[in-house]
Amino acid sequence: MSDEESNDTTEPLAQDGADDPDVETDGGAVDPGDGVGGDDAGFAPEEPTAGEDFEPVQVFPDDETMDLRPGADDCYKCSTCDVNCPVAEVDDDFPGPKFQGPEQWRLKQSDEEYTVDESITSCSNCMRCDDACPSGVPLSQMHNEARGEYVDEEMSLLSAKYWRNRILANYRISASIASLAPGLANAAMNFGPARWVVEKTLGVTSEREFPAFAEQTFREWWTARGGAAASRENAREARERRGEPIDADKRVAYFHGCYANYNTPEVAKALVRVYEHFGYELVVPEQRCSGTPMFANGMLSDARRDAEVNVSSLADLVDRGYDAVCSCTSCSMAIRQEYPELFSFEGTGEVAGSTFEALEYLRIHEDLRGDLADASVEGFDDLAYHAPCHARNQGLSRQAVELFRELDGVTVEDVGDSCSGISGTYGWKEEKYGVSMEIGEEMFEHMESAAGETGLTECPTCSMQMEHGTGYEIRHPLEVVEEALVGDRAGA
Amino acid sequence: MAIESDVLVIGGGLAGLSAAIAAAREGAHVRLVSYKQSTLKQASGLVDVLGYVDGEPVADPFERMADLPDDHPYRIVGESGVREALALFDEVTDYRGGHTDRNALVPTHGGTVKPTARYPASAAPGLASDDRDALLVGFETLVDFDAPLAADHIEAAGVPFAADGATVRFPGDLRADAKVTRYAHLLDEDRAVETDGGRRLPAREALAERVRPHLDGHERVGFPAVLGDDDPAGVRAALSKGLGADVFEVPMGPPSLPGLRLADRLYEALDEAGASVETGVPVVDYEGEERVERVLVDRKGAEVPYAADQYVLATGGLVGKGVESDREGVREPVFDCRVPQPADRYDWFEDAVFGDHAFARFGVDPDGELRPTDERGDPEFENVRAAGSVLGGHDFPAEKSGAGVSLATGRAAGVLATEEL
Repeated sequence: MSDEESNDTTEPLAQDGADDPDVETDGGAVDPGDGVGGDDAGFAPEEPTAGEDFEPVQVFPDDETMDLRPGADDCYKCSTCDVNCPVAEVDDDFPGPKFQGPEQWRLKQSDEEYTVDESITSCSNCMRCDDACPSGVPLSQMHNEARGEYVDEEMSLLSAKYWRNRILANYRISASIASLAPGLANAAMNFGPARWVVEKTLGVTSEREFPAFAEQTFREWWTARGGAAASRENAREARERRGEPIDADKRVAYFHGCYANYNTPEVAKALVRVYEHFGYELVVPEQRCSGTPMFANGMLSDARRDAEVNVSSLADLVDRGYDAVCSCTSCSMAIRQEYPELFSFEGTGEVAGSTFEALEYLRIHEDLRGDLADASVEGFDDLAYHAPCHARNQGLSRQAVELFRELDGVTVEDVGDSCSGISGTYGWKEEKYGVSMEIGEEMFEHMESAAGETGLTECPTCSMQMEHGTGYEIRHPLEVVEEALVGDRAGA
Repeated sequence: MAIESDVLVIGGGLAGLSAAIAAAREGAHVRLVSYKQSTLKQASGLVDVLGYVDGEPVADPFERMADLPDDHPYRIVGESGVREALALFDEVTDYRGGHTDRNALVPTHGGTVKPTARYPASAAPGLASDDRDALLVGFETLVDFDAPLAADHIEAAGVPFAADGATVRFPGDLRADAKVTRYAHLLDEDRAVETDGGRRLPAREALAERVRPHLDGHERVGFPAVLGDDDPAGVRAALSKGLGADVFEVPMGPPSLPGLRLADRLYEALDEAGASVETGVPVVDYEGEERVERVLVDRKGAEVPYAADQYVLATGGLVGKGVESDREGVREPVFDCRVPQPADRYDWFEDAVFGDHAFARFGVDPDGELRPTDERGDPEFENVRAAGSVLGGHDFPAEKSGAGVSLATGRAAGVLATEEL
């Protein structure tokens, strides 16, 4: 803290103990016996001095559940998290992350009758509270736990809302079916009368257009192109051209996630071409959903099922010296932060420590900034960039703006730090649609006042919201890099 | 490889911002990384330079700098270093107080009167040296500010005017524990809200209407500092007009709108100077011997190397976690620089609540170029400078010197780092 206010803050803190040597000298943990005051003769914290009558109380009888007490105790109620919460900002009935996290966790421990409050379902899992907390309280982890408990114990498995959430959370499954006949799916999913029925029966808003499914998924393209063998070949040629050792150890595993596979394969293809341009050999391992929509809906067992597949398939590659890269910032967020917080599969930590966002990885290992400063692009309008909350939480919120600052042919304008409001499946729910659009309002206004009429973001659902609120076309930073550096070599 | 820059500033508070802006304006490629959002958002938004020396209030901070101990950060950067830092601050913000060396007296939400060097425009009509009678207005739902009590305290502090307090219900029926930004944004947007008798009025006008019956001839009216986030000047102008009195803000505890506005402004200035910024990721380790070659940033599990020619450590003090302590000792966690401390833990503090506690001065011990030193007094590293509360030798809560030390040592560290390039 750089400022002052000592008369208001240090007095009560100091008063807690300074006048009472027992408290001040031992932190209140043990009775110091005869050794109070300025000498520490009788003070031995490692020796319990409670005597034979002491009966230890086990605070948490069920040690299977996660002990979040240190986090809860670290909360000193400054309310900074509440001020950063985009939902609390527009919804006066939402009690905010401080209640959802440390308060609710404490209530759960102390009151046997206590059931998780329904308001937890209004948290959109943007995770901004994590970044805001000056005291390191694991707020989003607490929210994930509480949401999971709410769904397990209080939501009826027969309710339409449960199944609506489950279907939304398991987008990959719907998408894999729809992409068998993308033309038909595109027509059917946005067929007005059908949408009305879906809204009335399941509570999926009819205000939004479903994202179009690509004619060819990324994985189909990847296989048709020759898979890993073709990538190895392309990478070797690139290394030769760049004057790098032909046998250089440049291997990455691409975690493309669902959206780049089924809906925006152009983003995934851009990643492949950019990485091969820098001489990286890619593999595209078996993978399921990263889990982000499942965490956000409290469907922790669905998330666990998919996470186990992802960790096991990535862990094998990490063992063999691969790093993992993602083009979706919620996917990288899930693997890096939420997996280690919630799961303990073998290799979870190693995978988290070897996973990166796509441009971040190139910034670390290549002179991406220098290469972009020497390049130029055509065909991009001025771009209005929105930093997704999950990029922000990885320290990546300024990356695209700063990388493209020196790139000729394009101007990127940051449209501010508001949340887009859609938060994955959140904005698809009929009862949350209004809140979602109200949160997004600030971003829409900033986009419209920005020079260009094309948006830029890393997050698939942020891009849906940007498009929905402004009608702008939305691009991914990897597409800009591809245009700048790969150019005509893009080929097949 | 690593993510590279000329100067890497670690910490996003006032010291880090001051260092980064200064270095970027000198032409260096600067990158600022901070673990969490800027702690400025929790500070009052006032910029103190030196409010007290030996417990006595200070009229002119520059006059008293020579009375500070030799190891005080102000003695290291010198009076000119403080003046140049304030000049830079004045240039990039719209703060008041730059017309004089003397401290202004700003009423706080606790009803104390605080000597401060720079204050936001919104606090200007509230100065205690002004002899116009003041009405303080609190809101029923904002329990951190008890206006009648604060008014009594301010009068008891011997100000040359009468102060009265009134508590009103904030129009718009916000919940009892609404976030401070809810008040601010309601006033920014000036949305229509329901008022007494079921009428609907724009929020600013509705608020003025609630306050008018209490006005009773007071020429200025102070509100808790929630008067707008995006358009504070517009909110104050509308309320002043509606009340026929000057309107000012009383700085509040965290989270603080004046702190938020100042952080926004300084980050804008950093952007304008061309610096890069990354927040949400802590620096956890370093590599190097005499020189720091690179630091490692923990990005959610992955350790990402950042290399720079020069480093500025501006991670804060005990509260900001730039200095850590446990029962065994006190340490600086990023570079493991020495933090002088009494060997006996019982000498870290005094018995009296407001005693001259050693812990208040814990921090690294810099040389004349702000480089942290080891036991022999030699720099720990050739290319690391420290700024702000991570520096020892000052007791910012007692001296009311936190912001000034951060600005002055930050700017000096930024300039010195750039000179080495």
